[in-house]
Amino acid sequence: MDAIVTDRLTLSYGSVNALKEVTFAVHRGELYGIIGADGAGKTTLFRILATLVLPDSGQAWVDGYDVKAQYREIRRRIGYMPGRFSLYQDLSVKENLSFYASVFGTTIKENYELIAPIYSHLEPFARRKAGNLSGGMKQKLALCCALIHKPSVLFLDEPTTGVDPVSRQEFWDMLGDLRSRGITILVSTPYMDEANRCDRIALMREGEFMQVDTPQHIIASYRDELWAAESDNMFRLLGDIRHFEGVKRCYTFGVEHHFTADATVVERLRTYLAARGYKELTIRRVAATIEDCYMQLEDKYHG
Amino acid sequence: MDSVIKVEELTKRFGNFTAVDHISFSVQRGEIFGFLGANGAGKTTAMRMLCGLSRPTSGRGMVAGYDIETQYEDIKNNIGYMSQRFSLYEDLKVWENIRLFGGIYGVDEKEIKHRTDELLAELHFEKERNAYVKSLPLGWKQKLAFSVAIFHRPSIVFLDEPTGGVDPATRRQFWEMIYAAAEQGITIFVTTHYMDEAEYCNRVSIMVDGRIDALDTPRRLKSEFGATTMDEVFRALARHAGRKE
Amino acid sequence: MDVFAAFVRKEFLHIFRDKRTMLILLVMPVVMIVIFGFALSNEINNINLAVVSSQRNETVRQLVERFDANHYFTIVGEYATAEPVEHLLRAGKADMAIVFGTDFDRQPSVQLIVDASNPNIASNEVFYTSSVIRKAMAETRPATQEEAVVTTHLRMLYNPQMRSSYNFVPGIMGLIFILISALMTSISIVREKEQGTMEVLLASPVRPIYIILSKMVPYLVISCFNLLTILLLAYLLLDVPVTGGIAGLCILSLVYIILSLALGLFISTVVNTQAVAMLGSVMTLMLPVMLLSGMIFPIESMPKVLQYISDVIPAKWYIMAARKMMIEGQTLAQVYVEASILTGMTVVLMALSLKNFKNRLG
Repeated sequence: MDAIVTDRLTLSYGSVNALKEVTFAVHRGELYGIIGADGAGKTTLFRILATLVLPDSGQAWVDGYDVKAQYREIRRRIGYMPGRFSLYQDLSVKENLSFYASVFGTTIKENYELIAPIYSHLEPFARRKAGNLSGGMKQKLALCCALIHKPSVLFLDEPTTGVDPVSRQEFWDMLGDLRSRGITILVSTPYMDEANRCDRIALMREGEFMQVDTPQHIIASYRDELWAAESDNMFRLLGDIRHFEGVKRCYTFGVEHHFTADATVVERLRTYLAARGYKELTIRRVAATIEDCYMQLEDKYHG
Repeated sequence: MDSVIKVEELTKRFGNFTAVDHISFSVQRGEIFGFLGANGAGKTTAMRMLCGLSRPTSGRGMVAGYDIETQYEDIKNNIGYMSQRFSLYEDLKVWENIRLFGGIYGVDEKEIKHRTDELLAELHFEKERNAYVKSLPLGWKQKLAFSVAIFHRPSIVFLDEPTGGVDPATRRQFWEMIYAAAEQGITIFVTTHYMDEAEYCNRVSIMVDGRIDALDTPRRLKSEFGATTMDEVFRALARHAGRKE
Repeated sequence: MDVFAAFVRKEFLHIFRDKRTMLILLVMPVVMIVIFGFALSNEINNINLAVVSSQRNETVRQLVERFDANHYFTIVGEYATAEPVEHLLRAGKADMAIVFGTDFDRQPSVQLIVDASNPNIASNEVFYTSSVIRKAMAETRPATQEEAVVTTHLRMLYNPQMRSSYNFVPGIMGLIFILISALMTSISIVREKEQGTMEVLLASPVRPIYIILSKMVPYLVISCFNLLTILLLAYLLLDVPVTGGIAGLCILSLVYIILSLALGLFISTVVNTQAVAMLGSVMTLMLPVMLLSGMIFPIESMPKVLQYISDVIPAKWYIMAARKMMIEGQTLAQVYVEASILTGMTVVLMALSLKNFKNRLG
């Protein structure tokens, strides 16, 4: 059986449908990402899988055990890192870690080998209070705490939110390393650019999975021709491209604007824009990113 | 071009610790300026000085035409502020929030009424006039918060990590509003450590250990560092940081 | 058991690391005892007495001598007319004047003039002084002239000087244990909910009972320490006679402390933020304890409805029992009604909070 299996998981809070019939499976040893913005339902899904919340309907199994009936078995086997770094701010790095070790009936020494590559970053600050660590350090400590009992499945809910780019990259390197040791990892993130670090991803919005696949397949499935435009006046350019006949959709994309249109339309657009007096105008064909795919799916799902 | 922010050798020390170390830069009218740096690099301290909330230890600075050392009260009246953590009162209605902040910045009653109608029409929020802010979706709140931050027509608006965690489509709507405001001549000063927000700025500065280590357009920075994203530029710079923890 | 030890150790670390909490936990009881025991007391200590008598006969002399010998009175002067009295009282040189009737032997009557700027103290002083007079008269005069002593005959048992610290000590104990045990326990559990650490603990194999019990142990220890401090202070500083037996009082207090801990647990199972836990504890515990438990206002003089409400306030029963044991000299066996009510409440609260403590997020 797969490490995580769900069947039509559904949960609503009052009138808000947090999860709508979510069905998916995570293979053993897979690094699986759930990509979605705030309010997409990621945390709700994690809480159900970590046996903290019961679904209204549907079923889920983690490591072969049912989340409702066999939650004790699951709790022994999983590592869980909630959205907020769940550390005791007034306890030191070492105290936090050894406390969580005893919660799971183990010791730091017993499982040191697994956390060593991560904990080595923290060891110089072993006596520092967790509350005085930077975001990146807190994140690493929380990961150590979630790993201290050698879980077979790891749930990480938005571990990189609020963390600077350097620490984010280090963190993903660590996840890659854990994955190579056979730990199944389910991780959620609002950052589209982190999707590429996962084996497979689910693009989530408003309690639903819009698409599930490898990042490469998702990008490959982007059908439209995508272009990037840039000029001296980006604000005016956005309106001009958007309202040009034949352009399907146009949106800002960092320093450029992305738009979809056929090649013939783009030729006409080029002439039109040149006549409008833009300087330093460039229009080039670009490959889609996960973010482009996400927005295209969003349009498809929600008009 | 006239500069709306101009600082020279701006420095802030706390005891032996130099939080901001002789930074100099200027921001033009209508520019979208990204102010980046890792946690602890000195971003917040520098921004506090620019907003007139903290006095520099040494150096000079002019913001919106006022001296940050002596005319900080005038500065406060001529800037707007918005952050993702705090912007609007959730338990007040939409129009109550607008009136509150309009009043705080001394916009007179009649003008507030007039501009409120205008603002709600622009955002297509007429139906939500009497809704509680907490009942609005996150993306709407942000748009409203930005509109409120520029309600008193400040010459600069400071945005603190404005779009972290928002879905891509909503984020773009928000940036389009920022572009529109900049087009009207409002200077936008964005502090963030989300690099995807940095890509939207006209120019960005990157602070490391209290100094500005890089300042240019995102495109030129990327080519200078041989990088494809701002993320890589940032990582290349932050790697040399001495102030690790 | 290792898990449990790790939890308890962690709880103690939280408490020791938080200097302000430590200060509140250990210093507050002492401060309260001192404040209530001395500063706020309604009790009589050293009445400056001016004596006015137009004729000095034997009875008057004996009476004055009696006052002089009583260490609660200091005679500040003897006068033939009442004229200087007002000046003395106004200047604060005297608290009270006793004016003997002109024909005291045959028609014994006295007038007491009191500085009533603090009416509670004044009435206590009058009360006590009259009792002294009455007692003296009863002893010195033959029983034939009874009518003089019949008018009012009150006796203040156990606390003849009406020392208020006697009453305040059980009250303060009732308040302190509720505050420390219930308030601090509920806040420390709710803090884990707020910080998100509870989420991780719930997702771990640890049984909720461990989490709960480990929260109680440190506050139990601290409360016991406070119990000892209070008893020592009360005994040495305020001369409260703990005549009903120290051991019994400790057992009673222990039951009450555990009851308070259970109450704290119960609160933590129904609220989710520290602010609410704090407000809730103060509103539902502190105010009722102070106002309805008889700590400050006597229960008998409350409206009937409030009297019924006061019945469900644990502190009322504890304070009643503690008062009986500390002042009236009753033993634990004699306060069995209160003791069993407290025990019953403990069991019910404990069961409720264990039942309420969820295995998952609420």
